[in-house]
Amino acid sequence: MSARYAIGIDLGTTHSALSYVDLEASEGEQTAHGVLPVPQLTAPGTVEALPLLPSFLYLPHPDELAPGELALPWATDGEGAIAGEMARSRGATTPIRLVSSAKSWLCHPGVDRRAAILPADAPEEVTRVSPLEASTRYLAHLRQAWDHAHPEAPFDQQQVTVTIPASFDPGARELTAEAARNAGYASATLLEEPQAALYSWIQGSNGAWRKQVKAGDIVLVVDVGGGTSDFSLIAILERDGKLEPHRVAVGDHILLGGDNMDLALAHLVARKVAANGTGLDAWQMRSLTYGCRAAKEHLLADATATTWPIVVPSRGSKLIGGSIRTELTRDEVTAFITDGFFPRVEASARPATRARAGLTQLGLPYAQDAAITRHLASFLARQAGATAQLEGFEGRVSADHGFLHPSAVLFNGGVFKSAILAQRVMDTINDWLYMEGAEGARMLEGADLDLAVARGAAYYSYARRGGGVRIRGGTARSYYVGVESSMPAIPGMEPPIQALCVAPFGMEEGSELELPGQEFGLVVGEPVHFRFFGSTTRRQDAIGEVLDFWGPDELHEQNEIQATLPLEGRSPGEVVQVKLHALATEAGTLELAAVARDGQRWKVEFDVRSTSEQ
Amino acid sequence: MSTPTQLPSFWSRLSLAFGTFFKTVGDAEFAARVRDDQVGPVAAPAPVAPAPAPAPVLLRETTPEAALQLLTLLQREARLIDFVHENLASYADADIGAAARVVHEGCARVLKDHFTIQPVRSEAEGARVTLEDGFDAASVRLTGNVVGKAPFKGTLSHRGWKAIDVRLPQLAKEHDASVLAPAEVEL
Repeated sequence: MSARYAIGIDLGTTHSALSYVDLEASEGEQTAHGVLPVPQLTAPGTVEALPLLPSFLYLPHPDELAPGELALPWATDGEGAIAGEMARSRGATTPIRLVSSAKSWLCHPGVDRRAAILPADAPEEVTRVSPLEASTRYLAHLRQAWDHAHPEAPFDQQQVTVTIPASFDPGARELTAEAARNAGYASATLLEEPQAALYSWIQGSNGAWRKQVKAGDIVLVVDVGGGTSDFSLIAILERDGKLEPHRVAVGDHILLGGDNMDLALAHLVARKVAANGTGLDAWQMRSLTYGCRAAKEHLLADATATTWPIVVPSRGSKLIGGSIRTELTRDEVTAFITDGFFPRVEASARPATRARAGLTQLGLPYAQDAAITRHLASFLARQAGATAQLEGFEGRVSADHGFLHPSAVLFNGGVFKSAILAQRVMDTINDWLYMEGAEGARMLEGADLDLAVARGAAYYSYARRGGGVRIRGGTARSYYVGVESSMPAIPGMEPPIQALCVAPFGMEEGSELELPGQEFGLVVGEPVHFRFFGSTTRRQDAIGEVLDFWGPDELHEQNEIQATLPLEGRSPGEVVQVKLHALATEAGTLELAAVARDGQRWKVEFDVRSTSEQ
Repeated sequence: MSTPTQLPSFWSRLSLAFGTFFKTVGDAEFAARVRDDQVGPVAAPAPVAPAPAPAPVLLRETTPEAALQLLTLLQREARLIDFVHENLASYADADIGAAARVVHEGCARVLKDHFTIQPVRSEAEGARVTLEDGFDAASVRLTGNVVGKAPFKGTLSHRGWKAIDVRLPQLAKEHDASVLAPAEVEL
């Protein structure tokens, strides 16, 4: 049976959503689409269908809830752990049982992402879950919600796309694909979120996008979500008279988003309240954070408002006497949000980094510099040469340019509902462009900031079937394994290593490359480890190329990778000569394989911590 | 008095209690029956009346469940029950105003999330309107000098409200809707 719907899933740090395109009712760029309301617990025994599923998981105590209170439309006894709105609201008062930001943990290279480590600060008796399992739960919830609403079109027969940050490394991509498989997704494709945002914009324009961009444009996608910021550059090419978007660069993973802004404001206001002698508990902090978000949105939407009142309700039943009234002023919002997160900096500004204290590894590696514009300046400068070799872009980049010049900007994420913030980013970029004598960039209008990623993912599922415009570009990084160079050892120095390119930049999905020449001897039954590097800027390295040295910002070391040859008819200790193959899968992941001369293949694992350290 | 073979469940008792309450208030004859019933305080022996023929059902009972659900939502989002149960006499208007923000914002959220409410008449209030013959008397109330025949001409004094859609949450089978807000105990 063929698919009736193209489904897109935004698996977000703080919210997830499911959008779909009805294939039978869609033709070319005219699509019939919708967003699935997701039934979820909002309170004990209460189920509501909401457009977003908060990406939170609550692990209740066995005595905490009356039996039968966790029933969902598809599970009368509930599912043990609670996902969605009720998890978020319960977890605010009992944080030791709340799993949040599972997605940020999923791409945290410092932890074993298959191990039950969440919630990080839970006491012994709470049965923890792994980042992988938490993500699986959200995806499974969305699948069940779909199957409940569409019994006539089972989920696993539809075309499904799941989005990931463009900055996800191969390990995190692989884990997301694994979570999707575990959640019962028969075949899910991965798509980068900034691309999804552009797809949604293309879909929303009903074909008019061709009037808003032209060949030669470079679109900068600035995606500031709840928990992460993500940048991508997409060049518009013209091929055979048709406009074709090409994703040419992606940014680094920055754990910094709208939630950080709300929390920063809440702490500011809490200090103000504390100065009057009133302390706030965790429960009140949460309502203060909600109040600050609402106040921030009002102040950032209405340029004439100077203050906005915030009331923190009392926890007890005495509402009038016990509530705390305070306010947020425009000066505070400007200082903390506009100038704190989006300062007008020079194009040469770089995010501040400081050496980490040795014992902070357990938490998430949050961005140390809150200024999104500084991260953006750094990204554009690093990608100054991103379009140098692109067809139709020759001669546009000169050596004098300190950064890549975007000609259009597309915003995504709820943060940019504030026109003031979007304008601030535009002004900052246009200052940079002006200083280099370039024309200002324009803002692409008509983006849907909350549901764009889910919508764009559904459109992509649809476009993959040949229905609409597709963004090209292939893999956004080149990858290398470290090989020890044959130089004589120098006492006190690590032997220098060379980087061998095993997967070049821009591999199209479905393509497979073999590493020429080099063969590795793998010992049967013994895992072999390689140091592994990725680069977002080295576009020219061909597979098999060996680098002796590279710039400090060019190659980033990732978790080491591992190949294990199982026994399977061989004797332990036997050495098998293998070649490395790189495969960019149709599903959007990168695979490395060790292929023996007789054609036998073994997968090289990206996420090996669990076997190597435990 | 013999024991009934089938005792009513909690829900039917609750609904019975509500129904009896309103019926006692609104129906003097019924109130007299309650007073004179063996269960209630006995005043005087009731005269034996011939059993009346069963009257056709003209009124329907509403279920208390949806009302309880709405109260739960209004308490959770707007702290309405807390607010109404407070004695305003002991507070300054500024304190009441601060709490009123919580109630107002919360009530607005409940109405927006769970109902789609539209004005009955789209004209501006104060405008002259004409009601043709056969207008819906349930959605337009005539006031003042109500004489003559349709079409009626008058001034719109209130636009009216109409719920186009109601989206109350679904409840689990065993869920006790009478708990409007659980007591909270911090460990």
